[in-house]
Amino acid sequence: MAIVTEPDQTPDPAASAGRGVAPAARRDTRLDTWAGRYASRTHGMTASAVRSLFEVANRPEVVSLAGGMPNIADLPLDVIADNLASMVFKEGPRAMQYGSGQGEPVLREQITEVMRLEGIHAHRDDVTLTVGSQQGLDLVTRLFCDPGDVILAEAPSYVGALGTFRSYQTDVVHVGMDDDGLSPEALREALVALRSAGRTVKFLYTIPNFQNPAGVTQPLERRAELLRVAREFGLLVVEDNPYGLLTFSGEPIPAMRSLDADNVIYLGSFSKTFSPGVRVGWVLAPHAVREKLVLAQESATLCPPVFSQYVVSTYLATCDWRGQIASFRDMYRTRRDAMLAGLAEHMPAGTTWTHPEGGFFVWVTLPEGLDSQAMLPRAITSRVAYVPGPAFFADGFGARNMRVSYCYPPPERIREGTRRLGEVLQHELSLHETFGLDPRHDDPPRGGITRGPGANQS
Amino acid sequence: MADSVIVLSGGLSHERDVSLRSGQRVTRALQELGVDVLEHDVDSHLITLLREHPDSVVVPLLHGEAGEDGSLREVLDLLEVPYVGSTGAACRVAFDKSIATRVVAEAGIRTPVQVALPHEIFRELGAAALVRALGQRIGFPMMVKPSRSGSALGCTRVDEPGQLPGAMVAAYAYGSVAVVEQFVEGTEVAVGVVERGDGPQALPAVEIRPESGTYDYAARYTAGETRFLCPAEIDPATAAAAAEMALRVHEVLGLAHLSRTDIMIDRSGTPVFLETNVAPGLTATSTVPIALESAGLGIGEVLLELVALARRRHRE
Repeated sequence: MAIVTEPDQTPDPAASAGRGVAPAARRDTRLDTWAGRYASRTHGMTASAVRSLFEVANRPEVVSLAGGMPNIADLPLDVIADNLASMVFKEGPRAMQYGSGQGEPVLREQITEVMRLEGIHAHRDDVTLTVGSQQGLDLVTRLFCDPGDVILAEAPSYVGALGTFRSYQTDVVHVGMDDDGLSPEALREALVALRSAGRTVKFLYTIPNFQNPAGVTQPLERRAELLRVAREFGLLVVEDNPYGLLTFSGEPIPAMRSLDADNVIYLGSFSKTFSPGVRVGWVLAPHAVREKLVLAQESATLCPPVFSQYVVSTYLATCDWRGQIASFRDMYRTRRDAMLAGLAEHMPAGTTWTHPEGGFFVWVTLPEGLDSQAMLPRAITSRVAYVPGPAFFADGFGARNMRVSYCYPPPERIREGTRRLGEVLQHELSLHETFGLDPRHDDPPRGGITRGPGANQS
Repeated sequence: MADSVIVLSGGLSHERDVSLRSGQRVTRALQELGVDVLEHDVDSHLITLLREHPDSVVVPLLHGEAGEDGSLREVLDLLEVPYVGSTGAACRVAFDKSIATRVVAEAGIRTPVQVALPHEIFRELGAAALVRALGQRIGFPMMVKPSRSGSALGCTRVDEPGQLPGAMVAAYAYGSVAVVEQFVEGTEVAVGVVERGDGPQALPAVEIRPESGTYDYAARYTAGETRFLCPAEIDPATAAAAAEMALRVHEVLGLAHLSRTDIMIDRSGTPVFLETNVAPGLTATSTVPIALESAGLGIGEVLLELVALARRRHRE
């Protein structure tokens, strides 16, 4: 492809342009000197009209049910500040130095204690610290996937994971869910079909607890069944568990990793239970994988941020982090209740939604024919925002769905948001009625990629 | 003079992101000239800010509603704050495609055949019959656009009758009135008009060649996705006609200081008016900065001249 960025010497063709300003010479530019030289993995990294609308969603006038930002306003910041000051005073020279590529041993030990709450008994040597669990996912994909490899993921799945998988040029094949999360039958069917098509499936990516975006949870028996299918097909399972401790009823369900230490790579995070800003997550992986993970981590970052690890370690050592999680559960439960009550009151007939028992998200299915992406501008005009369903699919499906989150706005704003959303849907329905749009066209695969909101919102 | 320029960007329109991009670019260009610039959003603090800086001139870089429909400029007039650009009354006409196209056409400027329809009319008269009538009157392919929106948001090319209802619904997501017009095949150019010492002058036309074939949001705001030629690769007479059209539009719509008219040079080499912009994008991938550079003009220098014009207009 020819790239011309230097002005050529074409004679001035517009010199006679009346009251025009005379140009010097023709400039032929794509406004990017390096256009045409980017790696093929950058294809699709373009500006997006949908994503640009989320810029408006950040304004206070808009009730944003789009974001996935935890509400950390309840953290005891005064206590944390004092403890961190003391940490810097005592341990600053170590906290502000390079550290281990695997992460600080003290924090890895503390993480094993956190994981015990979900039934995982692990040794700190098998834990690798990462820059949020997002980097854990990136490193695991880097270790396992070549371009064209297949990753299985729930339908729908976490938008940030789909972005990572896309950046490694993998093919995501979605596997269906029911009210108990990922379906073992659908998993088996997908594996059989892919095997007979000669495709290489590298791993299954799953979010068993309060799934993002669907809000559903795999019961214990479901987890065991999925692991049986995985073992039968020699399938590696990547278990992403950012929300597991934020359960609204009863104790957390044992993690998949607690049922199978050999075939599960576990991704953990402090983003939802402490602070997303510290960017501390971890990967718990079998020995052989972990060795490679540490090397990959060293080539990516030399070492995960040491200061952040000290911040988390100090918090765990000096604050009542279990009590804080209990308080977060109560706060998010109240918001979940507000969301479900608001939806029940304001959604038009034909709308259905999930009833999460923890986490941040509700997955809404719209009446036939409605397109969540096409109506987002109307919602923005009505000062309410959500994430359109196609963001959570690698293959363009999801037009009839939207994700609404209850984590950040306070309960009264959530109720107001659902009221506004109800009006938007009513309006859209009436337009569809006017134009008699064919519902069979409601979910066509799209060519492009739908991007969700930015890093602080997904 | 202290507090000389307040750059307004952001707002609550669908083009907030584009506006912020324009704001950043202009702020930097002015700061590089040593100008004291305050960059501000349109929010409940704005009026207080304007009162605190009584000697300032506002550069409104708001795209979409409030920014381009004239309402904010009416407020600036009310507060007696000088600003760069067209008046509220002129913006109100220019921003609404359903009105601007008529006004421009009545002045003898060639426009596509256009029909403007509020969504209620479909309900009242029955969509099927209206859709059929549109097909007969306009023909295919046609363009469906929200009447008050920019950055190609909500715009769809419709090639056959079955696509029209979906395109109408997409346009109505941005506002209550949509325009349906003939699709003009040809060479797309953007012609900026800037007022300098001796009146409005047309900048060299920028020819737009999106790699994907469609100058949509991604093609507009991703560097590398669109090839721009400035001056456009068109013959001198056509270039002159396009420049003259942009100047006429600027004049007929009573625009001031800076505007940009989007023109299609059809297959016969005749310029056809598509739309005009009272707050042309000044982002890193926008056409007016390319045209300014081609004309040997700096974006900061030109804006400073416009700030001076705004002060003079205010005094008068």
